[in-house]
Amino acid sequence: MQIVSIKRLRRRELRSKLVRSGVLFFTLLTLLPLVYILLYIVKQGIGAINWSFFVQLPKPVGESGGGIANALAGSFIIVGVATLLAVPIGIASALYLSEHSNGQLAGAIRFCVEVLVGIPSIVVGIVAYDWLVKPMGYFSALSGSVALAIMMLPIMIRSAEETLKRFPTSLREASLALGVPYYKTIIKVLLPCSLSGVLSGIILSVARIVGETAPLLFTAFGNPYLTTNILRPMQSLPLLIYNYAISPYDSWHQLAWGAALVLLIWILLLNILTRIIIRRWSVRY
Amino acid sequence: MERPILEVKDFHAWFGTHEVVRNVNLSLHRNRVIAVMGPSGCGKTTFLRCINRMHELTPGARTEGQILLEGEDIYRMSPIMLRLRVGMVFQRPNPFPHMTIYENVLAGYLLNNIKLNRNDKEAIVESSLRKAALWEEVKDNLKKKGTFLSGGQQQRLCIARAIAMKPDILLLDEPTSALDPISTAGIEELLQELKKNYTLILVTHNMQQAARVSDDTAFFYMGELVEFAPTRQLFTAPQDQRTQNYITGRFS
Ligand SMILES: Nc1ncnc2c1ncn2[C@@H]1O[C@H](COP(=O)(O)OP(=O)(O)OP(=O)(O)O)[C@@H](O)[C@H]1O
Ligand SMILES: [Mg+2]
Repeated sequence: MQIVSIKRLRRRELRSKLVRSGVLFFTLLTLLPLVYILLYIVKQGIGAINWSFFVQLPKPVGESGGGIANALAGSFIIVGVATLLAVPIGIASALYLSEHSNGQLAGAIRFCVEVLVGIPSIVVGIVAYDWLVKPMGYFSALSGSVALAIMMLPIMIRSAEETLKRFPTSLREASLALGVPYYKTIIKVLLPCSLSGVLSGIILSVARIVGETAPLLFTAFGNPYLTTNILRPMQSLPLLIYNYAISPYDSWHQLAWGAALVLLIWILLLNILTRIIIRRWSVRY
Repeated sequence: MERPILEVKDFHAWFGTHEVVRNVNLSLHRNRVIAVMGPSGCGKTTFLRCINRMHELTPGARTEGQILLEGEDIYRMSPIMLRLRVGMVFQRPNPFPHMTIYENVLAGYLLNNIKLNRNDKEAIVESSLRKAALWEEVKDNLKKKGTFLSGGQQQRLCIARAIAMKPDILLLDEPTSALDPISTAGIEELLQELKKNYTLILVTHNMQQAARVSDDTAFFYMGELVEFAPTRQLFTAPQDQRTQNYITGRFS
């Protein structure tokens, strides 16, 4: 017996082909600006990149050459400290959310996280200014790290919570039934099994804030010299790009493009790292 | 007569207001296999999970009455200590996916930070895997992840993990229901072997399985323990109408 006529089958096939090519078209369309931006930054920035670009400090106006060593080191330090601040808070909150997903406090935290995502980064910068810069009396890398950490939290919490929630009850029970206390089950079974997801969430949240400029404007502030003191103003890649890009000097524009390319590669590497971690370490239940 | 290893006295269990186990009284003796049978939803799993106090982990769950393990009230022990003495094997094999086969067998020690020297570890791994009839199949792959094994092998790994802790009692909740007939036969054989050293409480829906492996059978119906007798007697001459209906297949 024929349930669907040949004619209708043909029509269905045609329609599904149409939908498929439509989807493909729009996907390519969204890729277009992305590819354009990537190529443009590479084209503009590649000329600036050489050894001294990485190891020298910027030269005063008029002198040619110079590098972004201060900004590179500064970005590493500011982002590193931000990560150190955000990870314990983020993972602890994600654990709380996934363990008490229906509780009232969990609901409140989740709401805060949602709101936090939407707060403009400049506002986060102002908050860090109010909390740290004002009472301390000067701009500091630390205040910049705090601002970035606040921006990292919602991304990290959300992705870690997703991963932790996927942990099957059967494994939790397997551990508890062996006489393993709850907290050890969390530390030695839940977290290791969720490691790849949690780590990639952390890395993605880093990738998300590496290029943030606004939160650093009134916090890390920028510094033409190389410094490692996190209680003092510090240069960073996005600040350098911002300052040099709005300057009238061609040689500074060149440095800014080079710095943009470095930032781009940094973010790209973080994304690749995430993929490797997911592929290598992910645990199938 | 020796003291029963497990005595259940006037025992009830609830999920919220739903009474799932009703007034169960039971004495179990050492080195026997006890089958727990009954229609779906009659409280077999719940009863089993009361014996190692996993039941109370469900929000809103509570119990009343006593369960004595060698005369000691389990609800006065620390649940941790109790679960070291009463092992459990679940319906679906659940080896730890982040651990190797070797580590999975030792999981109870590793996760509890119980220190063992290398020789002890290897001895425990080998003897547990041998008892679980898995040694020959995995002895060259102990460093592989446990989740690479087949379903039946995974379940035997879970049994090895449970018996590595040398429990007094082993609870098995339909351990073969997710397995193919060959793996099932393997596990049944294994249960016969394990009987020599352990007391087994086995939930099963399969009457042939109960007949093949168990010494005694407890028949539950709507949370009540209807009948508890030597398996052969219960199957050939059930005392209660409900038991008879069940074994003749009048309800499932
Ligand atoms: N987590 C839970 N919360 C609330 N009620 C539950 C829960 N687990 C089981 N129940 C209820 O308790 C009753 C007994 O369930 P239980 O799982 O003990 O039955 P069972 O005899 O093991 O059934 P099956 O043979 O299908 O495995 C059922 O009515 C079930 O709906
Ligand atoms: Mg059940």
